[in-house]
Amino acid sequence: MSTILEIHEISKQYQLRHDRSGYLSLRDTIVDVFKNKSQDKKGEFWALKDVNFEVEQGESLGIIGRNGAGKSTLLKILSRITPPTKGYVRARGRVASLLEVGTGFHPELSGRENIFFNGSVLGLSKKEITHKFDEIVDFAGTETFLDTPLKHYSSGMKLRLAFAVAAHLEPEILVIDEVLAVGDAEFQKKCLGKMDEVSKSGRTILFVSHNMAAVRTLCTRAALLDEGRLTMLGETEKVISHYLESQEDQLALVHDLKDLPRKQSAGGLRFKTLTFNQTEYLPGDTLSIRLDCSDDGQRYKNLSVELLLSDDYGYPIIHLSNDFLNQQVHYKPEAAFVFTVPSLNVRPGRYHLRLFLRANGQIEDWIHNVATVQVNSGNIYNFTNSNRIRGLVQPEFEFVQTD
Amino acid sequence: MEQTNEYIIRPPSKFSLNLRELWTYRELFYFFTWRDIKVKYKQTVLGILWAILQPVMMMVVLTLVFGQALGVSSDGMPYPVFVYSGLLLWNVFSSGLSGAANSMVDNAEMIKKIYFPRLIIPMSAILVAAFDFLIALVVYIGLLIYFQQSVHIGKILIFLPLSLLLTIITTFGLGCLLAAFNVKYRDFRYIVPFLIQFLLFVNPVMYSTSIFKSDLAQYLIALNPMAGAINMSRFAFIDTPIQWDLIAISTSSALFLLVIGIYTFRKMEAYFADIA
Repeated sequence: MSTILEIHEISKQYQLRHDRSGYLSLRDTIVDVFKNKSQDKKGEFWALKDVNFEVEQGESLGIIGRNGAGKSTLLKILSRITPPTKGYVRARGRVASLLEVGTGFHPELSGRENIFFNGSVLGLSKKEITHKFDEIVDFAGTETFLDTPLKHYSSGMKLRLAFAVAAHLEPEILVIDEVLAVGDAEFQKKCLGKMDEVSKSGRTILFVSHNMAAVRTLCTRAALLDEGRLTMLGETEKVISHYLESQEDQLALVHDLKDLPRKQSAGGLRFKTLTFNQTEYLPGDTLSIRLDCSDDGQRYKNLSVELLLSDDYGYPIIHLSNDFLNQQVHYKPEAAFVFTVPSLNVRPGRYHLRLFLRANGQIEDWIHNVATVQVNSGNIYNFTNSNRIRGLVQPEFEFVQTD
Repeated sequence: MEQTNEYIIRPPSKFSLNLRELWTYRELFYFFTWRDIKVKYKQTVLGILWAILQPVMMMVVLTLVFGQALGVSSDGMPYPVFVYSGLLLWNVFSSGLSGAANSMVDNAEMIKKIYFPRLIIPMSAILVAAFDFLIALVVYIGLLIYFQQSVHIGKILIFLPLSLLLTIITTFGLGCLLAAFNVKYRDFRYIVPFLIQFLLFVNPVMYSTSIFKSDLAQYLIALNPMAGAINMSRFAFIDTPIQWDLIAISTSSALFLLVIGIYTFRKMEAYFADIA
């Protein structure tokens, strides 16, 4: 086997501009010229720092790590979307990236036209597309809608079409980022099958995912990134278990929320701590979450306190709010909010928590990835083989045989 | 399979035009243009007729105001023919320029996810405008026949394509420059429409440059490559000798714009995905 991808001392730096909106205006730049540079110190942020590794021809390498660990930045560099700040990558083969399938889809174009355009954007020649057209349509299962503008497609159909085009690329190196994040179970299975087929045909796959099960089945080796650095590289199983262990500190009873990054925050009223009643759960356990807040002394009225648990794919599973119970709440210092779910009837897995706080319709605090709720393998029915139960929820139910 | 598959990704350093890479992506270039033309006239009742209607309606209004009411000189040509010949190229410039200037921002999603030579995007925006030119050309021929305009066939076959080429070069140069700046500074969203409106009056679309008598004025006007292109497109109807020095000036300034535009674009393109 030969090395197909050499990643050498790759670093990527981003400039953080504080107190500025997302993009620059001409005025900012002009003002900057007249300003003393040292006064307006810009933050520097290394998304990747001295990452070194090699990928062998035909290998499937998983890349795992927390959100913000630098996985996506690495893939962006490998697919030449953004240049590295330092270091170099030597690639021996065409890299095709599926950073997000369906890129370049245009809502006004028909399914047929989009297959051609998207295929071309992804690097297929017109001849190749014509040749594989029937296969693509067949894989997507959207024959009947070929001449309908894409805007009339359901999101599922769009995704299937997008993946079908992508699956028929034949690059030497395929870079995949979370394509399995959406789509139904059936389709996900089909996609995994296709990727397995791709890797068996001797092509190289780089696979970024939060779905450890998928990484396990697809990849022989895995790389673990943490805060821009490569912390571990080796057998998939070892890397995954190391990663999951390092994640377990997230399963504490009490979580300090003061320093977590905010999606949005007004700064006045904020979540301070979160307390679980247990560190881990079994299906059917009582889940209770207590939220303490800090305030700036002002009076906050008409609160909406919201909590969202979503699965590894980002699907919302449980969404709770005092609004849903038609409860009007005003802020009282020293008083906490407590959500209690008497019976957590969900499939075993990890659920990620988001918090959201509004006062008088104004967003006061909003945090993603607050903590993880770990539901261990089990079921509420006392059935011996929990793995056989596929449902996302485990409701109490009755079953009878009529006479 | 291509023979040389090995390549290196490194921090951007030297400027390179990389024409070879552009050539390998020629099909994508075709698909981009094809998509933009398709999308432009999707869900419109009149469809491609708009490419004809716009210049024709402009021609009617300008003829009434400038030709009839104000009696602006048109170098002895019927005013509708005169103004339409200007509008033909002007529309390539104005719609090409605004298309190119916004093209990078409009395709930001794609830029952030897939690599391909970014130059394809503004280039295809201009080709879409050139496609409209071909459609509007049909009316032009009709006008020439209707007004029984005497035409020097040899001259029109040479100078009409040349004037289109000059227009495309100018538009592409300026378009690349504005596209690159638009990604970085969204101020250009507002600058471009104003610029186009302003330039319409600077260019000899509805008047003839022969109203300026001094040689110096003619040289200054030739510095504007669009004025050069529009004048060139009218060579076939006027019997005055062709002033090659003016053509040379216009061509040089068009090429100058092209170099500046592509250079700026290439310099900034590596960071488009980070700032778009």
